[in-house]
Amino acid sequence: MPSTAPNALSDVTASDSTLRRFLHGLPGVDAVGLEARAASLGTRSIKTTAKAYAIDLAISMVDLTTLEGADTPGKVRALGAKAVRPDPTDRTAPSTAAVCVYPDMVATAKEAVAGSDVKVASVATAFPAGRAPIAVKLADVREAVAAGADEIDMVIDRGAFLAGNYRKVYDEITAVKEACGTSARLKVIFETGELSTYDNIRRASWLGMLAGADFIKTSTGKVAVNATPANTLLMLEAVRDFRDRTGVQVGVKPAGGIRTTKDAVKFLVLVNETVGEDWLDSHWFRFGASSLLNDLLMQRQKLATGRYSGPDYVTVD
Amino acid sequence: MAPVFDYAPAPESRSVVDLAPSYGLFIDGEFTEAADGKVFKTVSPSTEEVLSEVAEAGEADVDRAVKAARKAFEKWSALPGSERAKYLFRIARIIQERSRELAVLETLDNGKPIKETRDADLPLVAAHFFYYAGWADKLDHAGYGADPRPLGVAGQVIPWNFPLLMLAWKIAPALATGNTVVLKPAETTPLSALFFADICRQAGLPKGVVNILTGDGRAGAALIAHPDVHKVAFTGSTAVGKQIARTVAGTRKKVTLELGGKGANIVFDDAPIDQAVEGIVNGIFFNQGQVCCAGSRLLVQESIHDELLNSLKRRLTTLRLGDPLDKNTDIGAINSAEQLARITALADQGEAEGAERWSPACELPENGYWFAPTLFTNVTQAHTVARDEIFGPVLSVLTFRTPDEAVAKANNTPYGLSAGIWTEKGSRILAVANKLRAGVIWSNTFNKFDPTSPFGGYKESGYGREGGRHGLEAYLDV
Amino acid sequence: MSDRLTVLKTYKLYVGGKFPRSESGRVYEVTDSKQNWLANAPLSSRKDARDAVVAARKAFGGWSGATAYNRGQVLYRVAEMLEGRRDQYVREVAGAEGLSKSKAGDQVDAAIDRWVWYAGWTDKIAQVVGGGNPVAGPFFNLSSPEPTGVVAVLAPQKSSFLGLVSVVAPVIATGNTAVVIASEKSPLPALSLGEVLATSDLPGGVVNILSGRTAEIATPLASHQDVNAIDLAGADEELAKELEIAAADNLKRVLRPQSVDNWSAAPGTDRMTAFLETKTVWHPTGSLGASGSAY
Repeated sequence: MPSTAPNALSDVTASDSTLRRFLHGLPGVDAVGLEARAASLGTRSIKTTAKAYAIDLAISMVDLTTLEGADTPGKVRALGAKAVRPDPTDRTAPSTAAVCVYPDMVATAKEAVAGSDVKVASVATAFPAGRAPIAVKLADVREAVAAGADEIDMVIDRGAFLAGNYRKVYDEITAVKEACGTSARLKVIFETGELSTYDNIRRASWLGMLAGADFIKTSTGKVAVNATPANTLLMLEAVRDFRDRTGVQVGVKPAGGIRTTKDAVKFLVLVNETVGEDWLDSHWFRFGASSLLNDLLMQRQKLATGRYSGPDYVTVD
Repeated sequence: MAPVFDYAPAPESRSVVDLAPSYGLFIDGEFTEAADGKVFKTVSPSTEEVLSEVAEAGEADVDRAVKAARKAFEKWSALPGSERAKYLFRIARIIQERSRELAVLETLDNGKPIKETRDADLPLVAAHFFYYAGWADKLDHAGYGADPRPLGVAGQVIPWNFPLLMLAWKIAPALATGNTVVLKPAETTPLSALFFADICRQAGLPKGVVNILTGDGRAGAALIAHPDVHKVAFTGSTAVGKQIARTVAGTRKKVTLELGGKGANIVFDDAPIDQAVEGIVNGIFFNQGQVCCAGSRLLVQESIHDELLNSLKRRLTTLRLGDPLDKNTDIGAINSAEQLARITALADQGEAEGAERWSPACELPENGYWFAPTLFTNVTQAHTVARDEIFGPVLSVLTFRTPDEAVAKANNTPYGLSAGIWTEKGSRILAVANKLRAGVIWSNTFNKFDPTSPFGGYKESGYGREGGRHGLEAYLDV
Repeated sequence: MSDRLTVLKTYKLYVGGKFPRSESGRVYEVTDSKQNWLANAPLSSRKDARDAVVAARKAFGGWSGATAYNRGQVLYRVAEMLEGRRDQYVREVAGAEGLSKSKAGDQVDAAIDRWVWYAGWTDKIAQVVGGGNPVAGPFFNLSSPEPTGVVAVLAPQKSSFLGLVSVVAPVIATGNTAVVIASEKSPLPALSLGEVLATSDLPGGVVNILSGRTAEIATPLASHQDVNAIDLAGADEELAKELEIAAADNLKRVLRPQSVDNWSAAPGTDRMTAFLETKTVWHPTGSLGASGSAY
């Protein structure tokens, strides 16, 4: 398997043992300190013009998501329409970055967002568990790409990671990256809630980036603990350090559990004060969310009118 | 060019604080003018605006306050501990209720960011009273024998860096153990102590148990020298601490002194780097570095010096300096023109002695007393900035090669208040901590305070401990 | 004066932060010292006891994991809330124990002050019973008390309120959770205490209060494998022995009944330490030798 790692780090991925040595040599993470820093940034007070900017930026970063067994073409079309024009009463509201669906819904989603800048992202690789043979995972990816997916959200093999088989995880990511071809950007989901420790999240972040991830993503939204300010801060530190080392910029996508404007603004503050404005763009930062969008829209209406809005004044998904 | 994500001003409202044009001394439960009618002004260090005028205590006022405290002592010390406890619990609760008001007041008078007064000072103040309230009826269990007795009148002199918190550190254990108090707040930050007097009134505290004298160093000296004061507690500079030690020589006064420091923050190559950077920033820029236990000397293992300094500098560019009442301000004003002059002189000296000076691009407000966060690299043990306490936002960076060298350099100071150790290796933390001659060692954290935890220094950083079970001893006749 | 008909209170259990009736649907008559009817109290079954243990276990992680400071704040809040409802408890204690208003008032005042006493202990007990140990070797060695877990408490039979508070507060001050069996004859003040606990920031399930026949409820609790300790204050000699034998099955910590004439006397620390474990942590400190230090 050829190394996809940037030149500066190509020797790292030469073998299982070099990879392990590198990942285990990354600086440790002190959990209390990390969480305290995230909480402290969470106390930033974002008001008036800054809030208006943050809300529109956040809307433009949403990967509007539906990942249910009960998804239907009708549901996906509604989602697509909402992504293109989130607030039918206010055309100045920006579109979301993407819609995120299962592979069999990609074609429907493509139609729904046709003519707009909204991307179609598809989860693949036997999402969310990732427990399938590699051939099945790759077929999953190819189908989604063939159907027109602009972005692929893959899950890593957490079992292999926790067992210390880093090279296996690496190889799977590089294979999926190859299956994405040149047309689809690859988001790599770690399921941070299952990796359990911050040291693991830092290692997984570097592993994913070494293997060619365009984005690193916290979670599937299907486990108890999903995106948190602390794990997202840690991943932001990782993409910052990775760019310092290699010159390659990688995006970050917290997903799951971000439901309110207040939450979203806190994440944007984390981005702003950890990696800076280079990442304050939907090309480099996304929110994997569904109910978040309506809260952002209600807050947007509040800023515009001075009145608190209510759920009857935004569209149900 | 304006940043993409420009935080709009988010000022905390001043309207929660009702400032009177003038304040008297608080003696025997009443606000009263100074005997000679003298007053002085207190200003907001961030704007130089005059906030109020306060009475300036003289010797006659000191005597009056000590007499009131002495008189109140008889009944107060005879109260059952459980009743004293309930007074202190009341005070703790009222502080919690009025904490936003007190935070804004403290920020106005001191110049420190509202973020700190709101999230650090005030919660700690309330917690301190809550903690010592609980001791008042448990002194038998504190390890000082059965029914330990109080000393009498405590004369307490506190600094301007944490006005209300230092008041809490002094008054809470004194009252819990049955002493009465005459406290003198710092000249530049008298207001929160006067508001505390009002809290004593709301709590129904008996008259004379707490007396507050505003004034300058002369009032403090008179208080400490007063023959009816049986306990002296001082937090401030080492120079004044030494003077106090001379003053009380030959008397029976019990003394605790919390003095200066030149804390070493030691970063090993296996440290959790991102958290270490936060700890370094917190260690020296918390409260503009005007902290006796500040980590003002960064001792970094040479092998990671460049990497760490890069990270640290990058982090410093995100610090927000400005209006202390803005909720997003990280660095507020220096407390006084005098302190600013001292910091400026020492920093200039550092530069003159050849250390390399660096500050992030940072615009200082026109009015008020301001000093940009500053780093000195290429510093050696011989530099003044590595030896003298600057008491400002100035960090001196030194390197070491081995743990032994780190310990030797950390201990190479007349001070011994605090130190920090950053490494992921537990045994290294404990071994280094064992060898450091300092009263408080933080590992993988810095500037943490808790009412249950004793605080105080070795060597010229003073003696005695405040906080925790140990903090009771200073106020008991044991 | 007024001929208005008063509204009577339905007394219910307090389990998991909620106020259920007994699952058995049974009640029993509670009377004052002159045999006048006061109220019907739930007659709890073994299944109520089982449910209470589940609630207590569920609450244990959060309560024992809360900071000692936070637990102190909550206990002090209980005192504050009781003070505001002092008259109600004076009335109930007077009725339950046949005391004058003034004597009942003393009992209630002492009970309120007892919460204050234990509120102050939450962050001090570790400083009194824990500490560093100077072991002969290069090791850091620290002993700290930790709560033992779920504690079944048989409240005193006679002192329906002060006695009750005196046995419940020390159990939860240190981070244990409790299943409390109220005084069999005088359960009403205990059941009313639930109403104060529910509005004092105390997480649901930390204290669970059952009324009924002490022996009937205590027996399944004493043998319950998910109960860690039992306070037998409200058991007579015969029952106490029986329960202690049952408790041996999973080596519950047992606090035997002590004859207490006067619950007003200053408590020591015994009721806390009875339900504390001591955990000792060792960690190497590196070499302390003068030569060749190894960090």
